Amino acid sequence: MTDKLDKSPSDTPPPGDSVSAGAASGPAPETIKAIPVRHYGRWISGVIVVALLVALGIAFSQGNIQWHTVSDQLFVSSVVQGAGRTLLISILAMIVGVVLGILLAVMRLSKNPVTSTVAWLYIWFFRGTPVYVQLLLWFNLALIFPVLNLGPIYKNNMTDVMTPFMCALLGLGLNEAAYMAEICRAGLLAVDEGQTEAAQALGMSHTKTLFRIVIPQAMRVIVPPTGNEFINMLKTSSLVYAVTYNELLRSTSAIGSTSYAVMEMLFVASIWYLAMTSVFSVFQYYLERYYARGSSRSLPPTVFQKIKANLIGLGSERGKG
Amino acid sequence: MTAMVKSEGVHKSFGQVEVLKGIDLEVNTGEVFCLIGPSGSGKSTFLRCINHLEKINAGRLYVDGYLVGYRQKGDKLYELKDSEVALKRRDIGMVFQRFNLFPHMTAVENVMEAPIQVKGVKKADARDRAMELLERVGLGDKAKNYPSQLSGGQQQRVAIARALAMDPKLMLFDEPTSALDPELVGDVLDVMRDLAESGMTMVVVTHEMGFAREVGDSLVFMDGGVVVESGNPRDVLTDPQHERTKSFLSKVL
Ligand SMILES: Nc1ncnc2c1ncn2[C@@H]1O[C@H](COP(=O)(O)OP(=O)(O)OP(=O)(O)O)[C@@H](O)[C@H]1O
Ligand SMILES: [Mg+2]
Repeated sequence: MTDKLDKSPSDTPPPGDSVSAGAASGPAPETIKAIPVRHYGRWISGVIVVALLVALGIAFSQGNIQWHTVSDQLFVSSVVQGAGRTLLISILAMIVGVVLGILLAVMRLSKNPVTSTVAWLYIWFFRGTPVYVQLLLWFNLALIFPVLNLGPIYKNNMTDVMTPFMCALLGLGLNEAAYMAEICRAGLLAVDEGQTEAAQALGMSHTKTLFRIVIPQAMRVIVPPTGNEFINMLKTSSLVYAVTYNELLRSTSAIGSTSYAVMEMLFVASIWYLAMTSVFSVFQYYLERYYARGSSRSLPPTVFQKIKANLIGLGSERGKG
Repeated sequence: MTAMVKSEGVHKSFGQVEVLKGIDLEVNTGEVFCLIGPSGSGKSTFLRCINHLEKINAGRLYVDGYLVGYRQKGDKLYELKDSEVALKRRDIGMVFQRFNLFPHMTAVENVMEAPIQVKGVKKADARDRAMELLERVGLGDKAKNYPSQLSGGQQQRVAIARALAMDPKLMLFDEPTSALDPELVGDVLDVMRDLAESGMTMVVVTHEMGFAREVGDSLVFMDGGVVVESGNPRDVLTDPQHERTKSFLSKVL
């Protein structure tokens, strides 16, 4: 290998007239066959990690766990319904959060001091208090306002309005809006001012500029953290247990406490949460890919393209070695 | 000839800093009007005042006979509504130093966007017109590319096509070639030369003295927020009368 490298400079024709001819006619360079560096550190740390994993596996297999209960209960109708409700409340709360969040972000960036201050106060309150406390506030609202009275439009007992579902939706959604507002604001600010100027120089209105030019570009910055927010939401939704909404954790725990299979049912819940967050992660990847269009010269590969490329890569590497 | 742009004692300040200190000039319809001057002299600011991206503090600025940004009734000025300002901007195309193409749209979508959104042109018609304009600037084969897939010179030519799609009466160019590699400048200048030959009224801020001499009908040298010298580009560039013009030209030529 080395002498090939040493020789090559004298082999190449002098730079200038016949470079391409020389390259075409000369023998193809020999593929490098070198002995790779040995990474002893990697081997040692690998062995240690595997050993720890095995120990953990042994501990769980010897623990007092009835694995068949886990598999039996995984698809029980009340558990599946609970998972469905978790998904439903997460999606609805996220929609409330995104819509209200964009509105709050635009309000905060507006030149009107009243709207920007109101938005600031909203964000200050809902980010500054724990979501758990906010859920309990909605849940107990009837204690201070027994009747919801919107004048001639609507009047009802607060307990009838504030169903567990409504408490969960308002608690999670309004809290999320405060976080989404900050994410959206960062996204809107990340769009180059020249874009707004170019749109306005073409005679586009403020609204058209916002919806056609600024927001689509802000999405590239907004989507990745929003995906994380949604994954967080799927998990945070377990807190609505407290307002007696029958989501995944509540329905599994109900079985757990009557059948004394507490840990088993928590495993069931964990499996469902993991499944939902994993499926969503794949979905998020495609969403990000869509909003990345135009921002780089070529789009990142899809998952399938990646797997295919990896397989081909592995094959050719083996072929070489 | 009628004046496309008429500026009478235009002043502009940013806070305490006075950037334009009384600009008087006239741009005739159909002419190529070049604006040169050292960095910070207020060339871009003046250009941005013409399509009301900046508000002037004093003086009067007219485009095509209409006051920019205001309506005069008696001796009182009324600010125009945003929608009225937008209406006026349709007739003024602007090309920026840093192109400012919409990165989330392909070249042809960039050109179609304003006619569809602002004038309500049908999508198919807008596309046909956009393709025509892209052909005109020599980029018919790049229609489906995103701006990030185009060279700077190509992006700038798409930007020119985008401005032309609104059928403007007046085109403003703010150093359209300064962000380009030297070998790409020529293509953009060729497009501008064609445009000038077609009779478009153009106000061009530029450091390309060759272009100013060859294509320009009038030239103004600005420094420190005032017009120092103006006239025929060939006269001003070969035989400047003022010291400041002389020393500026000796640096750039
Ligand atoms: N939005 C702004 N706020 C405050 N100052 C500004 C603003 N825009 C421009 N200026 C100032 O106004 C002066 C003139 O700027 P302008 O961009 O018009 O110069 P220019 O002649 O175009 O220079 P260049 O050749 O570098 O582009 C500069 O001193 C600049 O700092
Ligand atoms: Mg400038």
